[in-house]
Amino acid sequence: MKKINKNKKLKLFYEMLRIREIEKSISANYAQQKMRCPIHLSTGQEAIAVGVCQNLNNKNKIVTAHRSHAHYIAKSGNLNSMLAELHGKKTGCAMGKGGSMHLIDIENGIEAAVPIVGSTIPIGTGLAWANKLNKKNNVVVIFFGDGATEEGAFFESLDFASLHNLQILFVCENNFYSVYSDIKKRQNKNRSITKISKAIGINSHAGDGNNIEEVYYEVNKILKFIKEKKRPYLIELKTYRHLEHCGPNNDDHLSYRDNNEVLKWKKKCPIKSYEIKLKKNNILSEQQYKFMKNKIKKEINKSFKFALKSNFPEKKLLFQHNYA
Amino acid sequence: MHNKKKLTLFKDSIRDAIYLSMKKDSNVILMGLGVDDPKGIFGTTLNIHKKFPTRVFDLPTAENGFTGFAIGLALSGKKPIITHQRVEFSLLSLDQIFNQAAKWNYMTAGKKSVPLVIRLIIGKGWGQGPQHSQSLEAIFSHIPGLKVVCPSNPYNAKGLLLSSIEDKNPVIFFEHRWLHETYGRVPKSIYKVPLGKGKIIKKGKDITLICFSLTVLECIKASKILNKFKIDVEILDLQSLRPLDKNLILKSVKKTKKTIVVDNGWSFYGISSEILAIIKENDSGKNIIAKRIGLKNTSIPSTRALAKHVYPNPISIVKAVEKILGKKFKNLNLFNENDFYSDQPYKNFLGPF
Repeated sequence: MKKINKNKKLKLFYEMLRIREIEKSISANYAQQKMRCPIHLSTGQEAIAVGVCQNLNNKNKIVTAHRSHAHYIAKSGNLNSMLAELHGKKTGCAMGKGGSMHLIDIENGIEAAVPIVGSTIPIGTGLAWANKLNKKNNVVVIFFGDGATEEGAFFESLDFASLHNLQILFVCENNFYSVYSDIKKRQNKNRSITKISKAIGINSHAGDGNNIEEVYYEVNKILKFIKEKKRPYLIELKTYRHLEHCGPNNDDHLSYRDNNEVLKWKKKCPIKSYEIKLKKNNILSEQQYKFMKNKIKKEINKSFKFALKSNFPEKKLLFQHNYA
Repeated sequence: MHNKKKLTLFKDSIRDAIYLSMKKDSNVILMGLGVDDPKGIFGTTLNIHKKFPTRVFDLPTAENGFTGFAIGLALSGKKPIITHQRVEFSLLSLDQIFNQAAKWNYMTAGKKSVPLVIRLIIGKGWGQGPQHSQSLEAIFSHIPGLKVVCPSNPYNAKGLLLSSIEDKNPVIFFEHRWLHETYGRVPKSIYKVPLGKGKIIKKGKDITLICFSLTVLECIKASKILNKFKIDVEILDLQSLRPLDKNLILKSVKKTKKTIVVDNGWSFYGISSEILAIIKENDSGKNIIAKRIGLKNTSIPSTRALAKHVYPNPISIVKAVEKILGKKFKNLNLFNENDFYSDQPYKNFLGPF
């Protein structure tokens, strides 16, 4: 791949900023008690979603887990449907039946998001198996966290994908914490997700999940590899969650993460650091930045209005889709 | 009103039972995702790791594996307590629970047993949706070799958990999240509530309400409304689902001749179905009227607009009683169904769980 051009850089920045601003509004409005469902915000982890999804089109299917907002938005998930879903409205992507933990947008290839850790890894593997059986060359992307790599289903899926030459990009977003549990308490320090993958026969790469250009560039190369070799691939991207595991707020008062560690990673914010870089290199002007923010704000306001004025599903819909 | 200073929270009585067991018996081990984290499983394990630093284990996200590890510990004389913050996470470990732990004593002809307690937290509300708000008591109660208990108040929570930890075979301990913040009188000492025994928590002559876990509270609220209509309700708290206290059930329903089983889960193939079958099989005179209500037979939606229709509440219980007694209560509409929350455990709950 050649150097990332200026327009693409601005696009990468815009998409990350868009996710951040959308989640900020969700966070700010949550206390009004109109979005009554658990929310697992992606704040701090936007570069992975954007860096991966900017390499995909709507024929690429993705599956994800509880922290799915960024993936959904980056994969062109419909914003009206997402916010309506969070509000429990009939116009939501699952008519309010799923809530924040089950965002889907079939047309845009967002096939599943579920809160049971690791459960979509085999399902995504099955989607890729079907592609192979149907002689389709569309890569499936499976997003999961560091905790999911402790599940048996993770190993079983890698084994099967490797055995059957499935076109899958496994994306491990390693944010070092499973809820409040430090990875050091869950995995031996010599354990390596990328080495596990290699031992199963799947090439892998570890990278900085907060560096948007690196994520975009590496994933671009990897997707070409997957298509050419017809092999799966695993990428582990290190990143950090800024807010609490579940809910709209900061949870630093609980002190489960070292203060210096939190500060270090907040300094490495994928959006702020990229903004500084783009401005320094005269790719992004202050005026453009303000224009972007304004445009996003308008879009968000419109979608919130849509969600708020939408109706709740009627009682009779409780049993719809319940076939047995 | 009770003096709250003299009362104990349900979640504290759970923690107290774990603490006392660990203090009394150095073989008791506490394990599960987040058992030592700053929120301590809704407060039920808070700071126990500080008192017993070598016997409290946070775990990798590997449910089936760590349930097997616990069985290995149990076979070696330890007494593990596993906690799952949502019952749904335990489904990843059903091989170890159903095929292994439940069968061990039987298939070794009693030579070995698995003293294991698995705390499964169930709940509802705040949009948790299809995979985070199920009540799966019936599935576990179906398996020979598992004891299943469902406390409804701080007193029986502590007493049942102490009995469960001391039991030499696997016990599935269901806790409803909405009970965690309820109060009750709880002795400070070690005491036991026996497994396999129900309790009549209110005597009455007109109808028996059979219930367990959160539905006990719903039935108490319903009985207060029914009292205004001069209906004298008997309330039977099952406390244990397996073994089931058949004698107590039959004794009560033979007296009142009418019963409604208020299921905490889906009624279809549910706990309530089993109880109706037992009543029917033992009703030689065929004169007991027995009905069931429970969760509507559908996956549980996230949106509160639909979720509120899923669960039984005091009004739906009162209406079921009205029907079975063939009465028409005047001004029942003065009691608003919306006064009984299906979305929040208490009014100032701001979410999320």
